[in-house]
Amino acid sequence: MIGKLSWSAIPLDQPIPIIAAGVVALAILAVLVLATLRGWWPYLWREWITSVDHKRIGSMYMILALVMLIRGFSDAIMMRTQLALAAGGAEGYLPPEHYNQIFSAHGAIMIFFVAMPFVVGLMNFVVPLQLGIRDVAFPVLNSVSFWLTAAGVLLINVSLVVGEFARTGWLAYPPLSELAYSPGVGVDYYLWSLQISGVGTLLSGINLTTTILKLRAPGMSYARMPIFCWTALASNLLIVAAFPILTATFAMLLLDRYCGFHFFTNELGGNAMMYINLIWLWGHPEVYILILPAFGIFSEVVATFAGKPLFSYRSMVVATMAICVLSFMVWLHHFFTMGAGANVNGFFGVMTMIIAVPTGVKVFNWLFTLYGGRIRFTSPVYWAIGFMVTFVIGGMTGVLLAVPPADFVLHNSLFLVAHFHNTIIGGVVFGVMAGYMYWFPKAFGFVLNECLGKMIFWCWFIGFYLAFMPLYALGLMGATRRMQHYDNPAWQPFMIVALCGAVLILLGIILTALQLVISVRQRRRNADLTGDPWNGRTLEWSMPSPPPPWNFSELPLVTGRDAFWAMKQARSGHSAHSDASPPRIVTSGLVRVPRNTPVGFFIAFFAVVAGFALIWHIWPMAALGLTGIVTAVIRQAWSDDREMLVSHDEIVAASQRAMRRLPS
Amino acid sequence: MMSAIAVSQRAVEDDIPLSMRGPAPASVVAGFGFWLFLLSDIILFAAFFAAYAVLSGETAGGPSGLSLFHKQRVFIETLFLLFSSVTCGFGSLAVQRGNRPRTCLWMIATLLLGGVFLALELTEFSGIVATGAGPSRSAFLSAFFALVGAHGAHVTFGLAWLVVMLLQLGTFGFEPMVRRRFVCFALFWHALDIVWVGVFTIVYLGAR
Amino acid sequence: MSNSAPQGRSPGKATHGAADNARSYVIGLAFALVLTCASFWASASSLIYGPAVPVLLAVLAIAQMGVHLVFFLHLSSAPDQSNNFLALAFGLFVSALVVFGSLLIMANLNHNMMPMDRLLELQR
Repeated sequence: MIGKLSWSAIPLDQPIPIIAAGVVALAILAVLVLATLRGWWPYLWREWITSVDHKRIGSMYMILALVMLIRGFSDAIMMRTQLALAAGGAEGYLPPEHYNQIFSAHGAIMIFFVAMPFVVGLMNFVVPLQLGIRDVAFPVLNSVSFWLTAAGVLLINVSLVVGEFARTGWLAYPPLSELAYSPGVGVDYYLWSLQISGVGTLLSGINLTTTILKLRAPGMSYARMPIFCWTALASNLLIVAAFPILTATFAMLLLDRYCGFHFFTNELGGNAMMYINLIWLWGHPEVYILILPAFGIFSEVVATFAGKPLFSYRSMVVATMAICVLSFMVWLHHFFTMGAGANVNGFFGVMTMIIAVPTGVKVFNWLFTLYGGRIRFTSPVYWAIGFMVTFVIGGMTGVLLAVPPADFVLHNSLFLVAHFHNTIIGGVVFGVMAGYMYWFPKAFGFVLNECLGKMIFWCWFIGFYLAFMPLYALGLMGATRRMQHYDNPAWQPFMIVALCGAVLILLGIILTALQLVISVRQRRRNADLTGDPWNGRTLEWSMPSPPPPWNFSELPLVTGRDAFWAMKQARSGHSAHSDASPPRIVTSGLVRVPRNTPVGFFIAFFAVVAGFALIWHIWPMAALGLTGIVTAVIRQAWSDDREMLVSHDEIVAASQRAMRRLPS
Repeated sequence: MMSAIAVSQRAVEDDIPLSMRGPAPASVVAGFGFWLFLLSDIILFAAFFAAYAVLSGETAGGPSGLSLFHKQRVFIETLFLLFSSVTCGFGSLAVQRGNRPRTCLWMIATLLLGGVFLALELTEFSGIVATGAGPSRSAFLSAFFALVGAHGAHVTFGLAWLVVMLLQLGTFGFEPMVRRRFVCFALFWHALDIVWVGVFTIVYLGAR
Repeated sequence: MSNSAPQGRSPGKATHGAADNARSYVIGLAFALVLTCASFWASASSLIYGPAVPVLLAVLAIAQMGVHLVFFLHLSSAPDQSNNFLALAFGLFVSALVVFGSLLIMANLNHNMMPMDRLLELQR
C-alpha cells in the first residue's frame, strides 16, 4: 500500500541530516506559527500565494533562491571542512556514502534551485517593467511555473529526511544512476524533483520569449529595447530549445529505472555515452541561460552608474545573439575524454574558443562604457567591476580547458571545479547580487544599506579567491573532484585556505541576511520616494517604488533607446539630474489586471504528491496526484472571469499616494 | 491578458513597422506562445529520434525492426492520421466562422479518425510485445517503444483535449477564449502529423 | 479578423478568404497523399537504386513536412509571420543539431572504442 516507504527511510542513525532536518523543521514551524498568530494567512494567500503579478512572482523566486542558497552553501561548507581534515590517511567526519550525496545535492541545488530561480526571478520582475507593459504574456502560467519550481525544491528537501539523495554527482551519469547500481530512491528523488521543476522552467521560457517578442510598449522596436531584455530574450530562447532535451533524457533514464528499458544500461545494447551526450546538449546551453541575463544586468548597471549610454548597443546585441546560437555548438567539450577522435574533439575545441570572442566583445563594451563616464561607485558597480576581473579569469581558464590535450590532463580535476565556480560565482552570483541591490528599491520602496552592501561584496570577492584559487593549483597537482579524502599531505594547506575562503563567503551570506533586516528597519530613512533612486535610464525607473499592480496606467510611447532618460531630458529641457515626477494620471483607456488564482499552487501541490508517490512506488497515490493536476487544469479551463477592471479612482489614488511621498 | 491601450490608436496604420505597434492582441500572443511550446516539443521528439537513430542497431540478439513491422498497417495508420489532420483543418475553418454544427461534425470526425489511428497503434504494440519483443528486450526496442509511444501519448492527450474543447464549446460557445484554444489544438494536431511523417519514414520505412 | 494583422499573425491562421482556406487543405491533402504513397512505394520497390532510397525517403519526408507547414499551418515568410518563421528555423536548427550531432558523435565514439567482445576478453 505504501510502496517502498517505511519508517527506516528516516535516517535516524545519521546525526547530520537529522540535526539539519530538525533545525529546518523548527524554522519552518516558527514561521508558520508566527504567520498564524499575526493573522498573515489571508494576506499571504491573497497577495502572494495566488498572485499572478510578475513582480510578486519574481520576488518569490528570489526568496526561494536565497533560502536554497543556505542549503546549497551548507553542503559546500561541509565539503570544504571534510577536505581540510581528510588528508594523508585521515578519514574526516563524513563517510563516503554521505559525502557523495552532499556533492550531488550541492551541485543540483545550486544550479537548479539557486542560480536558475535567481535569474528567472530577476527577469520576471524587470522585463515587463522595462518593456513598458503591465505583465507577462501568460500571468497564470507564470504562477504555475513558480510553484512547480517550488515543488521541485520541496521534493529535494524532503530527500534529506525521508530516504536519501543520489550519490551520482549533479548530472547522475549512468550506469551508476541505473537501477542496478543505485537501487535506492536517491536517483528517483533527483529525477522527479528536476523533471517537475523543469516543466516550470520551460513554461517560464515560453512565457518570457512571447512577452519580449509580442508585447512591447508602442514605439519600442527591437533596437529600442533595453539590453537586459535582449539578454533575457536570448536566455529564454535557450530555455525553450534546451530544456526539452533535459526532459527527454531524464524521461529515458526514468524509463530505464521504472520500466526496465535499456537506453543507458550496460546490458542488452544500452549506451551510457548517449546519456552523457544528450545531457550536455542541455547542459551547455544551461550555463549560458544563467550567464546571459547576468551580462544584461551588468550592461544596465554600468550604463546607469557611468551616466552614459551603453557603448555600442548594436555590437552588444549581435554578441548576445551570437552567444545564443554558438552555445548549442560546443557541448562535446564536456566529454573530450570520452573517446571521440581527434577531428571531433578538435572541432568542438575550436568552437569553444570561438564562443569566447563575443564574450570578449561584451567585456570591451562595458569597459568603454565606463571610460569617460562620471562613475558613481555604488555597490552594484562594485559587483560589476569584481565580475569583470573574476569572470575574465574564469573565461580564460575555460579557453585553456578548451584545448583537448590540456583537458585530458585536467578533466574532472579540481582545476575544472575551480573554472566553473569561477565563471558561475564571478558571473552569475555577482550578477544576481548586483541586480538584487540595483532593483531592490524598485521592488520594495527603500534602498538597501549601502555600507553593508559593500562589505558583502568584499566578503564574496576575497572569499571567492581564497576558496578557489588554491583549487586551480591543486588541480594542476593532480587532485580530482568528488574525492572524500586524499593521501598527499602537501595538498592540505591549500584545502585549509579554501576552507577559509568558504567561511568568508559564509560571512557574506550572513551579512546579506543582516543587510535585509537592517534595511527593513531603516526603510523610512532610506525610502525611495521618486521611484528613481539611481538616476536610471530605462522605463522601470519611471514607475513609483513599488509600482502599482498594473504597472503603467497608460503605456508609454517610446521614441528611442533608454526611453526613460529621453523622457527626463525632454521634461527638464536639459540633461543629467534626476528630475523624476510621478506617472501621469490616466485620462482615458481601460486598465485590466488578471485575477489571482490558486491553480498554480494546487497543480504544484498535486505534483509533489505525485512525485513523492512515484519515488516510493506508491502507485495509487501517484494516480491521485495526477488526477489532482488534471482536475486543477480543467477547473481553470472553465473559469472565464479572468480579469478585473481597475477603476479610474483606484488609479488616481495610487498616483496621488506616489506624489505624496515626494519631498516637498 | 493584455488589452490595447489608447496610445496605440495609430497601430493599424501600415506605415508603422510591426515591431513598434505596441502589445499584440491576445489571439496572436496565445498562438505564438503555443507555437513556441510546439517547437520545444519538436526538440523533445528530436532527442527521442536521436536516441532511436543511435540505438536502432542494438538488437542484442533480439528481433530487428524489419521482422517486427508491418508496412501495410503503418500505411493505413498514416492515412487515418493524415485525414484527421484535414478534418481538423476544416473544423478550424468552422470555428473561425462560428458555425457550431460544422465544428462538431469535423471535430468529431477528427476524434474518430485519430481514435482509429491510436487503436491500430495499440494493437501493433501489443502484437509486438506478445512475441516477447517488449521494450526491455533490447535497446533498439526501448528506443522504438519510447519514440513511437511518446507520439502515441501525445495523440492520446490530443484526443482528450479535443473532448474537453467540445465540452467547452457547449458551455461557452465561440467566446474568444474558446477560439484561441481551438487554434492551439489545431496547431498541436497538425504538428503531431508532421512528427508522424518523421516517425514512419525513419522508424518504419528505414527499418533494417 | 483584419487582413493586416497589427503585430503579426498567429501561426495557423490564414488571412485569405474562406474558399481559399478550404482549398488549401484539399491541395495539401492531395500533395501529402502523393508523397506518402511515394515514400511507401519507394521503400518497397526494387526499381530505385538501393543506396539512393534513404536519400529519396528523406527528401520526400521533408517535402511532406513542408506541405503540412504551408498548407495546413499557413506558414510563410511574409513579414507579419517573421517571428513564427524565425522561431521555426531556430527549432529546426536545434533539432538537426540534436539528431545529426548525436549520430556523428556516437558513431565517432563507437569507432574509437575497442569491439565489445575484445573488451570483455580483456576484463577476464
